[in-house]
Amino acid sequence: MKWVDEFRTAESAQRAAAALGRITTREWRIMEICGGQTHAILRFGIDQLLPPGITLLHGPGCPVCVTPLEQIDKAIELARRPEVIFTSFGDMLRVPGSHEDLLSVKAAGGDVRIVYSPLEAVELARRHPGREVVFFAVGFETTAPANAMAAYRARELGLSNFSLLVSHVLVPPAIEAILSSPSCRIQGFLAAGHVCTVEGFEDYLPIAARHGAPIVITGFEPLDILQGIYLCVKQLEEGRAEVENQYARAVRPGGNPAARRLVREVFEIGPRKWRGIGEIPNSGLHLRESFAAFDAERKFSLAAGDVAESSQCISGLVLQGARKPHECAAFANLCTPEHPLGATMVSSEGACAAYYRYKRTHV
Amino acid sequence: MSDYSLSCPLPISDYPRVLMAHGGGGRLMHDLIHKMFAAAFGGQSETDSAVLPYAGQRLAFTTDSFVVKPLFFPGGDIGSLAVHGTVNDLAMSGATPRALSAGYILEEGLPMETLWRVVHSMAQAARQAGVSIVTGDTKVVERGKCDGLYINTAGVGFFEHSQDVTPAAIQPGDVILLSGDVGRHGMAIMASREGLEFESAIESDSAPVAAPVLELFRRGVEVHCLRDLTRGGIASALVELAVSSGREFSVDETRIAVRGDVRAACEILGFDPLYVANEGRFIAFVPETQSACALDILRSFEACSGAAVIGRAQEGGGRVLVRSAIGATRILDLLSGEQLPRIC
Repeated sequence: MKWVDEFRTAESAQRAAAALGRITTREWRIMEICGGQTHAILRFGIDQLLPPGITLLHGPGCPVCVTPLEQIDKAIELARRPEVIFTSFGDMLRVPGSHEDLLSVKAAGGDVRIVYSPLEAVELARRHPGREVVFFAVGFETTAPANAMAAYRARELGLSNFSLLVSHVLVPPAIEAILSSPSCRIQGFLAAGHVCTVEGFEDYLPIAARHGAPIVITGFEPLDILQGIYLCVKQLEEGRAEVENQYARAVRPGGNPAARRLVREVFEIGPRKWRGIGEIPNSGLHLRESFAAFDAERKFSLAAGDVAESSQCISGLVLQGARKPHECAAFANLCTPEHPLGATMVSSEGACAAYYRYKRTHV
Repeated sequence: MSDYSLSCPLPISDYPRVLMAHGGGGRLMHDLIHKMFAAAFGGQSETDSAVLPYAGQRLAFTTDSFVVKPLFFPGGDIGSLAVHGTVNDLAMSGATPRALSAGYILEEGLPMETLWRVVHSMAQAARQAGVSIVTGDTKVVERGKCDGLYINTAGVGFFEHSQDVTPAAIQPGDVILLSGDVGRHGMAIMASREGLEFESAIESDSAPVAAPVLELFRRGVEVHCLRDLTRGGIASALVELAVSSGREFSVDETRIAVRGDVRAACEILGFDPLYVANEGRFIAFVPETQSACALDILRSFEACSGAAVIGRAQEGGGRVLVRSAIGATRILDLLSGEQLPRIC
């Protein structure tokens, strides 16, 4: 497969790892923000190729993991209603809410459907005028354009039975929040390549400068990740803190202007709560007043109920890179993918699930 | 009364209802089978068929149900799939398939033309696989109670050799052979069910594999264990066999063939092809000294033309180690249920 195979060979990975070993003179702690990169690191065993001084910490870039519990509870409440067809991407269905998950609601008779694009949900609303179709609009900058398009298209079609339950988050404010924490141990970042294909990387320039931390826009194949780490370590070794683009085959500085225009027309930036981390200012997207008719929270008057996270779960610390998954006392005994205590164990991109799947027994 | 308990052996509080994942070939299904069915019915068959003593011989007995949607998909349909699935289950115990049953559950309103196409395809597949469909049953349920039609089968077969084909027979040093590329059936169904269009349609690998398997026995290959790679894919089959044999398997991921179109579809959906279902693929454990001969035999059959060595069994552990494309090693595990398409 072009653009994939050449970034996945043993020779290229070993060469990149050897080059990294040659420039590394001391210990460095680097966070990969994106859950897709965490998954690739563990699936391919990229961490096993790194020089001993380099520690990778796994960031909060998994949309399933950071969606707050109260939003999951709202989704479950909506999905239980007989008039509602609740639509979502597949991996949200297994996330436990306070009492159950969406798959259990489906098993109990709720009309819960997996869709591959939010536009499929719009089409469902068009075909079922007597039902209320709700789409669970979660994700980072990557899914925002398609979700914005769904609201835009629903308005164009004049649909009154379509709405979005929005829980959208943005990466740069999260990096800012992590770096601003007094206990921050992270010295450099790999930023998520796909997020930057949409939004570009201009927002990262002031963050890197302000905190003296290099940020490297990085792709998702083993060679991409190794090159991203190499560029990051090279900056750290040379005392630089710049934004560099490893993923230039997909990312332009200004991102995708058409997608950005659409996102800004439909959404506005506001505060957003991140599961395990708390509220981060300016870190979320909310539907603008002109699209209020498509906002499920306003339409169904959903109020946030009381939620209680497991007291044993340290997913918040894991998401901020303060702890590794296996440092949690509940890891792989009380907390497993079948009985997750926190969302990082649920999603295939969650750091705890990735550790459970690939590293439970150390090789 | 003392050996009878009304309390359910599965933790009902965790799963008060059956979920789709209970049929997904992963950990939840494994628990359901072992903690509920096997606990209630007794018996702990670790193979796809039960092997029963019969008139001084051994008889292989299996059953399977087919609920695939859509009924017709690139590379097959529910009728041919029912024959291939049942015949392959018998072959995986080392038996020669003899006779099948066909139980049809039909939905009110199903076009007779559709039913005929399925029945015709089933008959043709049985002829090709050299088995007879000798008994059956028909039930009709109200409209909306099933997706057009479901098929249940049973199959019986006899043994033309005296080898025991079980996980316990796997020996340290055994070579693991894979009969061809993986992931085609699951992705063909996914693409046609969900209306995902790729440049060319991915065709299911659905095929009977009894002939190549039986040829191994006929030619004197010492086959220690066989497993077809249906739900849960090659990963789940390897993990289950490692656990039940108590051996450790090491597998080279780059030797597991995945066609480009299947890999691309998996990349788009965030699936791991190692966990995607197959309907015409199996793994075989044979002594290293016989692996070249076994490969030659398998490759002479069209359904196994892509057969290859993917790894070996060694002492102890009950786990599967995979060498990744970049040369690092990781543990292979069961998923809890089916893979779900991910967000980004």
